[in-house]
Amino acid sequence: MSVPVLEAWRVSKHFGAEKAVDQVSLTVEPGTAVCILGPSGAGKSTFIRCLNFLERPDDGYVFIDGDPLGYERVGDTFNEVSGRKLSRQRQRVGMVFQQFNLFEHMSALENIIEAPCGVLGTPRKDAIEKGMSLLTRVGLANKADSYPRELSGGQQQRVAIARALAMEPHLLLCDEPTSALDPEMVHEVLAVLSNLVSEGMTMIAVTHEVGFAREVAHRFVFMERGVVIEEGPSSDLSTERVKEERTRSFLAKVL
Amino acid sequence: MTAPSGDKPFPSSSPDGASSATVNLDKTSRRMRRHVGSNIAGLVAVAILLFVVQGLARNSALQWSVVGQYLFSATVMQGLMRTLTITAVAIAIAVVLGTLLANMRLSKNRVLRAVNAVYVWFFRSIPLLVLLILAYNFSLLYSNLSIGIPFGPSFVTFMTRDFTTAMTAAFLTFGLQQAAYTSEVIRAAIMSVPKGQTEAAEALGMTQWRIMKRVVLPQAARMAIPPIANETINLCKSTSLVAFISVPDLLYSVQEIYSRTFQVVPLLVVATIWYTVIVSVLTLIQWWLEKVMQGPSRGNRSALIPAEAL
Repeated sequence: MSVPVLEAWRVSKHFGAEKAVDQVSLTVEPGTAVCILGPSGAGKSTFIRCLNFLERPDDGYVFIDGDPLGYERVGDTFNEVSGRKLSRQRQRVGMVFQQFNLFEHMSALENIIEAPCGVLGTPRKDAIEKGMSLLTRVGLANKADSYPRELSGGQQQRVAIARALAMEPHLLLCDEPTSALDPEMVHEVLAVLSNLVSEGMTMIAVTHEVGFAREVAHRFVFMERGVVIEEGPSSDLSTERVKEERTRSFLAKVL
Repeated sequence: MTAPSGDKPFPSSSPDGASSATVNLDKTSRRMRRHVGSNIAGLVAVAILLFVVQGLARNSALQWSVVGQYLFSATVMQGLMRTLTITAVAIAIAVVLGTLLANMRLSKNRVLRAVNAVYVWFFRSIPLLVLLILAYNFSLLYSNLSIGIPFGPSFVTFMTRDFTTAMTAAFLTFGLQQAAYTSEVIRAAIMSVPKGQTEAAEALGMTQWRIMKRVVLPQAARMAIPPIANETINLCKSTSLVAFISVPDLLYSVQEIYSRTFQVVPLLVVATIWYTVIVSVLTLIQWWLEKVMQGPSRGNRSALIPAEAL
């Protein structure tokens, strides 16, 4: 059996007394796409941010390709790693944000080659070549020299996806990738993401697009108030087929 | 849809007691308000300016020939160079140390934050002139400086007066005090960079140091340049205080000349002219930097709208 790309083990995160994420576990096999659904305030975003330590979990562990994130295992002890080592561990996990978060002072191509050149030490010429092929892949080869403010929301998000892919991540995390987009741009971003899934990219996406979750993802996770209520194959995402009452009432509202 | 007819009925109770109940809008004309007040203000301003120019040109006490005689004299040129050197070194110290202090203030470490607070408090509390004289007389306060362990043995010891020349006192005074102010500007600029920028960089596996260097500081610089340029201009004029510790800067060198020749006013005019020239050049540099830092198309609003149509 293959090693899961991601294994979250009883991950918890609280803000003050409030438990945003409460002992959530999740295993994702290579090539699988998982969608996390749930009402706002369910802890979905906090959980996905815990998966690359943008939020440091208060409890529990995250394993990427079997290796603990943020720690080094020595026998029965998990020693916290330095910031530098954590940065290296994070290279295997790409992330796409709701607000795109492109570097505002860099062109689309510069955004993409920044981490490969600066972090991996890829020669600039090779990084540019690869960056251009990634831009072509997301349909924006003609926007290489455009700055983020010159691009529409959908175009910015596609550049952000290309930027994450430039690091050749083993896992792509998407935190509400289409929530900040105008309706007519949602499709272009979802199309890029579903291509990635069909090419075998392992992905976890927090999304409100139930259609996308059903058609593109393999599995869904339904969260509410920091805990997982239900997990299942995405083909079960309909009011008739889900098992839990709360999942059903959520789906009834959003479908 | 057809164009509406030009005839418009008005209610009979119009305030000016209009004579007709309908108006053909096609035949009306517009009369805009005249801005009489601001026109008069403009004329007054021009008149005052002309009086000032006349007063400067015709006043024999200014002795323009003397001004011309000393404007490029060797003493004045050396003074000018010293003023520029002190300004440049001080602002360089201020920006480097200010960036460091700003990062201390933003650090999670309480001790570092406290050190920053004490530093800023101390250097903002002391009048510049007091600090300058203190720095110049530092060797009276501490005759030896040594590097070692606090309350323990020391490894290297210097005689303080060997290196507190008037110039180093000036560099340190202006640099250290300016750093306190500049650190606050840089801190505000760093905080103005959205958190998402740092998070995106972290998610790409960039180290903290690299994020600061490649993502945060370049964007913060854009915010910090106008206030830092403003402070540089202010600093360049404050450096004239070094006359108190006998550093022959621009002001001190003209004082030196007029104490011999008694041509006080024309020599102060020489100094004034050079200070204005420095400030003008600094203003141009600021303007150029702001343009360069803004990137190629900031402010080009049309680029924002047809993004999809391009």
